[in-house]
Amino acid sequence: MTTAAAPEAIDVLGEAPSSHRLRDRSFVLLLAALTSVALIVLAVLLIDTGIDGIPQISISFLTNFPSAFPAKAGIQSAITGTLWLMGVVTFVIVPLGVASALYLEEYADGTRWWNRIIEVNIQNLAAVPSIVYGILGLAYIVRGPLSLGRTVLAGGLTLSLVVLPVVIITGREAIRAVPPSIREGALALGATRWQAIWRQILPASIPGIATGVILSISRAIGETAPLILVGAATFVAFNPTGLDSPFTALPLQIFSWISQPNDQFRLLAAAAIIVLLVILIVLNAVAIRLRNRYQQRW
Amino acid sequence: MATDAITSGVGGPSAESVFGPPRRRIGEKLIAVALFCAAATSVVITIGIVVSLTGETLTFFADQAVSVSGFLTGGQWTPLFSDPQFGIRPLVQGTLIITGIALIVAIPLGIGTAAFLSEYASPRVRKAVKPTLELLAGVPTVVFGYFALTFFTPTVLNSILGLDVSVFNGLAGGIIVGVLIVPTIASVAEDAMSAVPQSLREGAYGLGASRRQVTVRVVVPAALSGITAGIVLGASRAVGETMVVLIAAGQLPTTSLDPRNPMETMTAFIGATGKGDVPTGSTGYKAIFAVGFALFLITLILNTISIRFVRRYRQVYE
Repeated sequence: MTTAAAPEAIDVLGEAPSSHRLRDRSFVLLLAALTSVALIVLAVLLIDTGIDGIPQISISFLTNFPSAFPAKAGIQSAITGTLWLMGVVTFVIVPLGVASALYLEEYADGTRWWNRIIEVNIQNLAAVPSIVYGILGLAYIVRGPLSLGRTVLAGGLTLSLVVLPVVIITGREAIRAVPPSIREGALALGATRWQAIWRQILPASIPGIATGVILSISRAIGETAPLILVGAATFVAFNPTGLDSPFTALPLQIFSWISQPNDQFRLLAAAAIIVLLVILIVLNAVAIRLRNRYQQRW
Repeated sequence: MATDAITSGVGGPSAESVFGPPRRRIGEKLIAVALFCAAATSVVITIGIVVSLTGETLTFFADQAVSVSGFLTGGQWTPLFSDPQFGIRPLVQGTLIITGIALIVAIPLGIGTAAFLSEYASPRVRKAVKPTLELLAGVPTVVFGYFALTFFTPTVLNSILGLDVSVFNGLAGGIIVGVLIVPTIASVAEDAMSAVPQSLREGAYGLGASRRQVTVRVVVPAALSGITAGIVLGASRAVGETMVVLIAAGQLPTTSLDPRNPMETMTAFIGATGKGDVPTGSTGYKAIFAVGFALFLITLILNTISIRFVRRYRQVYE
């Protein structure tokens, strides 16, 4: 945007005084330096974790169960636990998130107070610290009304609550991106409101919705704080067998290894971090591909 | 919000006035109700949070060992001792110090990044930097905790800067949380800067301003409410951040102001106490809720302020 304006001014008015140019030059450098700090930290983090963790990764590390001996410890139960959680989260957030987004975009009359409450509420929920959801999960899902115990289902439900606002917000954006002419065309041909949504609007917005869902799942499986409150309190050396099974997950296993004073365990934590990051990068790559490949330009 | 209603409502009423009422179909109404119920779930979640937090918080204060004034002003937080003290001040102070350090780091970095991306970066640079920032925002915070504890404290603070910090310290926690919230501040601030109308920039160029002057004296002031929104949202994330401070800042509630020492934040207390299987109804269990309630209130206030500021700049320019 701005690139167009500056050259023109120079063409017309000639060069700025050299003191100006010097200060301008150093200002750009300052901004570029400020921008690069966060990127450098990210690079150092990845390199440092890679140096610590990559030598630890082996077939036995991936297939062994946690152990009191670093040399025998592995992450099989953490990986299966994370996969189970992903399953529960997907199962909960897809219908609930898409239905909420559809309601807010297609049905809600934004001038009504109850719709405004829902809307502001979702914005606020998106910024509630995840550990607060952990407290809610501990009080109402693990104990209290649902009393599910520290199980896969309780962990998955709690994580679903954490990411649900994000799914709704991205889902709304995807639905809003479908031009009104599609909806109007369907209605003009005699479709009912739901027929227009189900056969025209939803299919057109699926790539956008799917991108949001995948990104939410990748956020959910990296969440640690809520799982500390609702996850396994003890050492889990077995794979979950069902929704009512105790579990551990990659971020929990990482946290538990970081908390060990023994340096060997910290290296294992680095290795588990790499496995977690690889899963996240794969999920994100899928999301970006989906977005680029199927997104229609209207 | 109002424009949403207009664009999504437009199809219905206008078609209706021309063709008469839309076709009825069994289930059509049922679907609308079902979708409303799904959307209303989010309100139920909020009610669940508020009710669960207040309920246990009230029983916490009903406990004889706890008084409201002692909670708010007491300087000692030792809920799991045999002679427990429940002064939340050390936790609040730890949270404030770490959030303060985080903001000192993140405000210049976030605004600088936003200004660079919005005013200077070529499309190619933007295309490289923005996804990297998203990647940074997507890295699980437990990973940053690991980094703060095993690299930042020993290598950067101790060896390179020679600061003589403890293994667990507030400084490393605060700085890393600061880096963590840079993408939040940068993305909200950049949206606000991009929303500043081009005519304002052109007017300033027309008066002979350089690009730096336009950025500093026109774009930043014009985007100030959006920048503020980003900073407040960043502060809210810093207050609520758990893993970095739990891992790297330690679990020692203290009233010491020295960030080189270990300190405990509100979130770290909740995490540290909740990871063992605290028995329901014990004072430690209730203390989680009381601290969680205070945390929820603080972040709610910050989020509300942030939403207000965002609305303000949207109203001005859109």
